[in-house]
Order: sequence, then C-alpha cells, then structure tokens
Amino acid sequence: MFDYNFHWRPVMRDLPDLIEAGLLTLQVASLAMILGILIALGLALIRLNMRGPLNWIATTWVEFARNTPALFQLFFFGFGLGAFGLHLSPYAIVLAGLTFNCAGYLAENFRGGFQAIPETQMRAARSLGMTATQAYLRIVIPQVLRIVYHPVTNQMVWAVLMSSLGMLVGFRELSGETQFFASRTFRIFEYFAVTAVIYYVIVKIILGASRLLASRLFRY
Amino acid sequence: MIEIRGLQKYFGALHVLKGIDLDVEKGEVLSVIGASGSGKSTLLYCINGLEEIQGGQVEVDGQNVHAKGADLNKLRQKLGMVFQQWNSFPHLTVQENVALAPRIVRGLDRKAADEIAERQLAHVGLGDKLRVYPGALSGGQQQRLAIARALAMEPDYMLFDEATSALDPELVGEVLETMRMLAEEGMTMICVTHEMGFARDVSDRVAFFHQGVMEEIGPPSQIFGEAQSPHTRGFLANVR
Ligand SMILES: Nc1ncnc2c1ncn2[C@@H]1O[C@H](COP(=O)(O)OP(=O)(O)O)[C@@H](O)[C@H]1O
Ligand SMILES: [Mg+2]
Repeated sequence: MFDYNFHWRPVMRDLPDLIEAGLLTLQVASLAMILGILIALGLALIRLNMRGPLNWIATTWVEFARNTPALFQLFFFGFGLGAFGLHLSPYAIVLAGLTFNCAGYLAENFRGGFQAIPETQMRAARSLGMTATQAYLRIVIPQVLRIVYHPVTNQMVWAVLMSSLGMLVGFRELSGETQFFASRTFRIFEYFAVTAVIYYVIVKIILGASRLLASRLFRY
Repeated sequence: MIEIRGLQKYFGALHVLKGIDLDVEKGEVLSVIGASGSGKSTLLYCINGLEEIQGGQVEVDGQNVHAKGADLNKLRQKLGMVFQQWNSFPHLTVQENVALAPRIVRGLDRKAADEIAERQLAHVGLGDKLRVYPGALSGGQQQRLAIARALAMEPDYMLFDEATSALDPELVGEVLETMRMLAEEGMTMICVTHEMGFARDVSDRVAFFHQGVMEEIGPPSQIFGEAQSPHTRGFLANVR
C-alpha cells in the first residue's frame, strides 16, 4: 500500500504564493470580525432594548447565523443573491458570509455580556450627570468587552478557519489557492499538509496576540 | 433648596408615593427612615430625575426636575448620589473612578480632574489608593470611594440611599464617620438610613415613611422621644 512518493518541491516553489494567500485569509477574516463586532453590538442592543420589526430582524439574523451551516450562509450571498441578479465578487461573498455569521454568534455573546452588568452601574453613571451614551461608552461597554473578550478571540479563530469555505465559491484565499495549485500538480496531500501548517501558525499568532493584548487591556 | 409638592409615584398599578410634601433647606441634614418598601429609595430617584413621576412636582433651586426639556444631566451635577450597592466602576482605577465624570461631564481637563480626584479621595481617607482597582478595596472603602466620586462633581446636595446597609458591620463605622464629616462641613444631605444612632445624632430632622406616605417629620428629639404616629412608634420599637 505504501507506494506513494512524496514530492515537496512544487509546494516549496509555490510557498510564497501560499503565504500571500494566507495573508488574504487573515485580511478577510479580520475585516469580517471588525464588521461583525460592530453589527453584533447593534444586534445585541436591539434585542435587549427594542420591540417591533427591528427586534424581529435581529432575532431572525441571530437564529439563522447560529442554526444553519456556515456554508449555506456563504452560498446565500453567492448563488442565492446571484439568482436575483446580484452578483458579488468571490471576495465580497466570503466577507459578507463571514460577517453575517460572526455578527450572529457574537450578538448572543454580547447580549449575555450586557445582561451581566448590573443595572445599578448605569444608574450610578447617570446620577453623576453622564448622558446615556457616555454611560454606555465609558462604563458599560468596556466591562462588556472584557466579558466577551475570549468568545471574540475564539470567533476570530473560527473566522479564519471558516474562510476556507471560500474555495467553494471560487475565492483564492489560502484553501482556494491550495486547491488551485494542488489540482495543477496532483500533489494534493503535500499542498494541503503545508497549508494546514500555515493555518496552524496563523491561529497561534492570533491567540498569542490576543493574550498579549488582554494583559495590556485588563488590569483589574 | 429642594421643594416637593404633592408627589405621586406609581410603578404600573403600584402606588408607591402618595402625595409627598417636603422642603429641604440649604445646609439641612434630613434622615429618612421607614420599613423596607415604604418608598424611600424611590423618593431619592424622583428628586434627581432617575424616575419619572405621575403627579405633583419636585423643584431643586427653583428648577422643575420633571418639566419637559429639563436638563437632567446638568441638574444631577448638583445632586450627588450614593447607593446601597456602592457601584464602583470596576474597570477604572480608584482615581479614574472619581476623575471621569468631572472630565467628561464638567469638561475639566485631565490634570484638573485628576487633582480634584486626589483631593476628594484624600478627604475620605483613600489618598493612598489612587492607582488601585476597586476590586482590591473593602466594602467600606468602596463606599467611601462612591462618596468621593459624587463629591468630585462639587454638588450642592448629597442623597444617600442606605449607604451602609450592604456593609459588614465592622465597616459601617468608617462610612458613617465620613457622612458625619460632610454634615459638619455644612453639606445639604438627605440620608435614607437604618442607622438610628446616625439619624438621631447627625440630622436636623427625621422623616418617617410608611407605605408611601410621609407619616411624620420633625427634629430627632420628637421622632425618637415623642412620636405622634403609632406606626412610627411601632417601627422604632422594632429596630431597636
Ligand atoms: N423599578 C421598579 N419597578 C417596580 N416596582 C418597584 C421598582 N422600584 C421599586 N418598586 C416597588 O416600589 C416600592 C417602594 O420601593 P422602594 O422605594 O425601593 O422602597 P424602600 O427604599 O423604602 O425600601 C416597593 O414595593 C418596590 O417593590
Ligand atoms: Mg431602598
């Protein structure tokens, strides 16, 4: 059975391209996280404070993001919108799909975070003459960010890994690029082995950076 | 001066304040006593506009607190408030806890705000804790921090809502001492309290609340010596 000969030379030749694709992966995941965090804050606040159509939209968003396969969410922004004549670029499809998914997951984390802050913190801030906005920005949200810090880090890792679904909508991020090279040379195992290592390194860098940042941010 | 006329407060169908009339003069120390649920905290929240009211009116220095368009954020700078749960901001150092509102509400620059914070913290005996986070403080220290934080807005009135009720018994004294000091400095204070010793020794007047009604108000000698209302006498017999 063991008659497979490993050929690493082609992979090594394409390594710079793979690393560049890795950076693209990191970029799209980071952008999706930044957008996702902002939207998740909005979704969480809407679900906590509002009734009516906005609440319904936010709830539906969260439900779909959390309870359907991420792949289907990506396909929606690709083929789904395509069916209505709206054709996004592969990059936009992946960015939209990841953002949708991250926002939905993080919204629930944020909602829990907001609920964990006693209402009396808000009262104390308002009693000092702060506006509601000041109280949220200075008192509530910083404490929520600490509570959701680890879930957010996990979501970032998840976004990097999930972006590999991009290869199924023709996006040449790390997995798409690997697939492209692998099928050209038929060195499928070698390419994906090296790519797995690149993913691993990216994730380790994210986790390390996150830990460093946490030690700077949270002194209490 | 705080002037309350015919104040009515409901939570839904629950009638919590049933026509309160009360004046608090500049420099006066008023203690508010009464059973739990009698509406004492709600009264304080109505004075600084944290709660809306359903009837009557509250005026602070002639300004109607609940008028449409009243600048509550400005008004609250005059009315320092200290809560039962001390509500330190856990993500800020002790100094930042105190300096934040002077900076972002009063618009002082960082240096001036820090100086006020230092001064007020020294005043309540926390001058050596500036860079510490509140989590490292005892309950009594956190409550004194809350007092310093309110004082840093340089308020004309201080509202205390059972400032010592959540403290371990051995920590009550230091907070009462701080309140007594403020009273001696001439601060106008409304103190909701269960500390009858404090109410008797420090206040100019004591008000007794019973089921949303201010049943009796007068100098401590009257309330503690010759209370008119059987409810007052019953309440005092139980807390002693
Ligand atoms: N936010 C609120 N919503 C509904 N009911 C409340 C609220 N706050 C207080 N109450 C009710 O109002 C009554 C008076 O409460 P409170 O002013 O806190 O009393 P006290 O401070 O004298 O113990 C109580 O019956 C309490 O349950
Ligand atoms: Mg109370």
